[in-house]
Amino acid sequence: MTSALEITNLRKSFGQTEIIRGVDLSVRKGERHAVIGPNGAGKSTLYNLITGRFAQTAGTVQLHGQDLRGKAPFQINRLGLSRSFQITNIFPNMSVFENIRCALLWTRGYKYSFWTLVSRKQDLTDAADEILAQINLTSRRDLPAGVLSYAEQRALEIGITIAGGADVIMLDEPTAGMSHSETDYIVELIRQVTENKTLMMVEHDMGVVFGLADRISVLVYGEIIATGTPEEVRGNPRVQEAYLGTAMEDH
Amino acid sequence: MTQTSQISASRQAPGLSLGVVMPWLLSAAALVLLPMVFTANSAITVMNQMAITIIFALAYNMLLGQGGMLSFGHAVYMGVGGFACMHIMNMSDFFAALPLPVLPIFGGLVGMGLAIVVGSFSTRSSGTVFAMISLGVGELIAACSIIIVVFFGGEEGISGDRTYGLPFFGIEFLRQIEVYYLTAFWLMLSALLMFLFSRTPIGRIANAVRDNPERAEFLGYSQRWVRFHSFVASGFFAGVAGALFAINYEILTEENLNLATSGEILLVTFLGGVGFFFGPIIGAIVFTLLRTVLGLETELWALYVGLLFLVTVMYFPGGLAGLLMMHSPAVKMKRLRSLVVPYAKVLVPGAFAIIGAACLIEMVFHLRHAPPGDHQMTLFWISFDSHTILPWTVSAVLLIGGGWLAKRFAPEMANSYHAATSLDGGGA
Amino acid sequence: MELIAVNLIDGLVTGLLLFMLSAGLTLIFSMMGVLNFAHASFYMLGAYFAFQISVFLGFWMGLLIAPVIVGVLGALVERYGLRRVHQYGHVPELIFTFGLALLIEELVQFIWGKSAMPYEIPEILQFTAFSIAGNAIPAYKIFMIFTSVAIFLVLLYILTRTRVGLIIQAALSYPKTVEALGHNVPLVFMGVFGVGTALAGVAGVIAGPVLSTFPGMAFVLGSIVFVTIVIGGLGSLGGALVASLIIGWLTTFSKAYNVRMEDILNGIGFTTPDPIWDSAWRDLWTLTSPQIADILPYILMVLILVFRPYGLFGKRQA
Repeated sequence: MTSALEITNLRKSFGQTEIIRGVDLSVRKGERHAVIGPNGAGKSTLYNLITGRFAQTAGTVQLHGQDLRGKAPFQINRLGLSRSFQITNIFPNMSVFENIRCALLWTRGYKYSFWTLVSRKQDLTDAADEILAQINLTSRRDLPAGVLSYAEQRALEIGITIAGGADVIMLDEPTAGMSHSETDYIVELIRQVTENKTLMMVEHDMGVVFGLADRISVLVYGEIIATGTPEEVRGNPRVQEAYLGTAMEDH
Repeated sequence: MTQTSQISASRQAPGLSLGVVMPWLLSAAALVLLPMVFTANSAITVMNQMAITIIFALAYNMLLGQGGMLSFGHAVYMGVGGFACMHIMNMSDFFAALPLPVLPIFGGLVGMGLAIVVGSFSTRSSGTVFAMISLGVGELIAACSIIIVVFFGGEEGISGDRTYGLPFFGIEFLRQIEVYYLTAFWLMLSALLMFLFSRTPIGRIANAVRDNPERAEFLGYSQRWVRFHSFVASGFFAGVAGALFAINYEILTEENLNLATSGEILLVTFLGGVGFFFGPIIGAIVFTLLRTVLGLETELWALYVGLLFLVTVMYFPGGLAGLLMMHSPAVKMKRLRSLVVPYAKVLVPGAFAIIGAACLIEMVFHLRHAPPGDHQMTLFWISFDSHTILPWTVSAVLLIGGGWLAKRFAPEMANSYHAATSLDGGGA
Repeated sequence: MELIAVNLIDGLVTGLLLFMLSAGLTLIFSMMGVLNFAHASFYMLGAYFAFQISVFLGFWMGLLIAPVIVGVLGALVERYGLRRVHQYGHVPELIFTFGLALLIEELVQFIWGKSAMPYEIPEILQFTAFSIAGNAIPAYKIFMIFTSVAIFLVLLYILTRTRVGLIIQAALSYPKTVEALGHNVPLVFMGVFGVGTALAGVAGVIAGPVLSTFPGMAFVLGSIVFVTIVIGGLGSLGGALVASLIIGWLTTFSKAYNVRMEDILNGIGFTTPDPIWDSAWRDLWTLTSPQIADILPYILMVLILVFRPYGLFGKRQA
């Protein structure tokens, strides 16, 4: 089995403090992989390192065998990786439909075109409407994205993330700050839209990932202490010690 | 799902629907008919000026409104385009075969060329840094106009003659009205092209980059290149406006390049409203009228325009277009009529208060700056002695009374506005 | 050699003056993220207020009172104008301050008219401090240098040694945290804006008599100040100082030494076209350094931006 994302000995220091201390991780093609860990474990830092928002101190991140070091966000995206943001990151002044359509433009080959009119391209309209239907926002189609509810904005963000057709989808705590019913809804949505794609998600809430992920890695103090199926991770004594003890209290 | 996509398909149907084409046809008809209504030469001059300002303001809004780039030096692209066209007119040996009506294309290309050079480094960043670079480059080119005499003609600028070439289908462009129709043609063409630009992939992505550059990068777009494209397109249309300026006035000077002109177009665009395509058009019309009418009446017109601008920035950041569009729900629900009385209750006293304030300002100015012994002044067709108490009292009463009434009825106006525009709860 | 010393002093005066403006501008920018386009307008107000006060109470009272009035005005602008516009974002803020700059110029013309004011150097300073090889150095220049340096030392002391300074420095990087610790951050912002504009006011008071007090003085100096902080790197106080001094000396020296383009071109092997007035390049051939002294800062800015986009001392920002 080949890996979509291959992370080797990744390190990141801010000043004197080393936040990511030699992470090795391989996300296989077509699997749903979750990185979990208690607060302050370095999940978001790891996430931002992979997506090129931060520059690593040492180590490599490879996407389909390509080294991502020094690449700008748009270059990484063009290699087939799409990401969401922990803080909702949409285009608030544009309509919901427009948000999705913009996300389609690059991969559909329109690029910097100034000679085609977007409204005359039926394929764009259809594709955008199809994604809107997938994320159940068809009824909100023509509203400004900024007025949607929080859960709807998160759903839209996921829609934007998958719209580009990237085969590696990265999600950063997609259910943060949501109620139980909203969480269930978003998890189901993620399951649907990542069918036949590689998903790598970072999550604080263990309950969310157990039903969704094929494999789970546990990050504690900047190191991966365990990787395996949900059952294996659940049974791992080190994970129990480091993480479950506190996290299970919430449930 | 099939149902919804059918609905959207009909909504987004390719092809020209009446609602899209209508405003354009009406504008074109208005442009054709206007000089038949306002036949005076001075009116045509004002309309020409308006048309040029509209093109320039629309080009400027490609940056500010659609791309989120604030420029303090956009006059140079219009100015340099204009200077280049003036040289083409003056080199009639070379260009005699080049008919005047196509000159704006060359102005546009020159403006675009300059924008490519400057944009190559200035679009690297947006926001404050972009604004400062635009200011610096603008000032640099404006200052160069004094030094590079060959191109900019130094202090006195360069002038030319638009009738240089062969007549174009029998038209020599001697008369003002001929120039008007030429300008109107280019206005329609440029406005249409700029509108269509905003509907292309690059135009849409420009909005995305304006709203959230980082997210746009994760859609595969380099924010810098997106800005660069908008900048270059804007430079082209600014150059077209410059060419039309050259044809109209037959002279360009340093004034066409400097910060005052750049600032003016910012003012025009913002006043009209940056959020909508037609905003700058309203802005250009209102501003040109304000300048023409107020400029004739008072030396202090710039003070009033400055105040108006500041009030707009502080209280109506959507500009005039934003104010108009705030009422579109009321129009859709046919409730506009319910707003007339509450609005009149505020706006009429408000207008009196503004008149009172303006009178006070004018009298203070007269008191301070009129030649000694000159006590006579005229305001609103009334002549009076500015050193007597009566006019001061009248103005003060207007200001305080009008202001008080307007303030009193303001809550009522706000309530009726909300009543007229809400109720459907913001749903589809 | 002596001429160099004279020009060093002249350039220092210009540079320090620029720094007095760019320091306030930088302080405000790094704290609030607002580039105050009207900053030079407060400098102009300082000169006009000081002139008006000096008519009645003399120069020294003007030096004392005018900056205070300017600072209070600045604080009021922040409180009732900028804070309102802040919610719309940085670009509207910049547009607001631009509109304010236009309005202040109109207001100044409204009150004082279009012509320059007879604002003079006080008599007590109208003497020659010393001469360098026959070049007289007026006492007023020395006074300007000492005043600005003294003000900077006081500011430096406040910023680094006092409690208020610590709060300001903390609020620069972590406004939310500082607010959570119980400090009134909006008040700190208002204070910083007031002090920054007051600093511009001082610059106006002492520059007014030498650079002439007229309604265009804000825009003449304003653009150069913005260029200065771009060259230095937005938000860097050290960068602002270095850039101010560079620009001060650059313009002074290029005005003092008449370097002719013709000599340079001849030196690298081109021959002067004859007759020069028919050449298409005549503007290039007749170029002299005093002619381009005033645009050198802009050229420098473009060069810096091409090679170091974040300015001399600027930090790479996301």
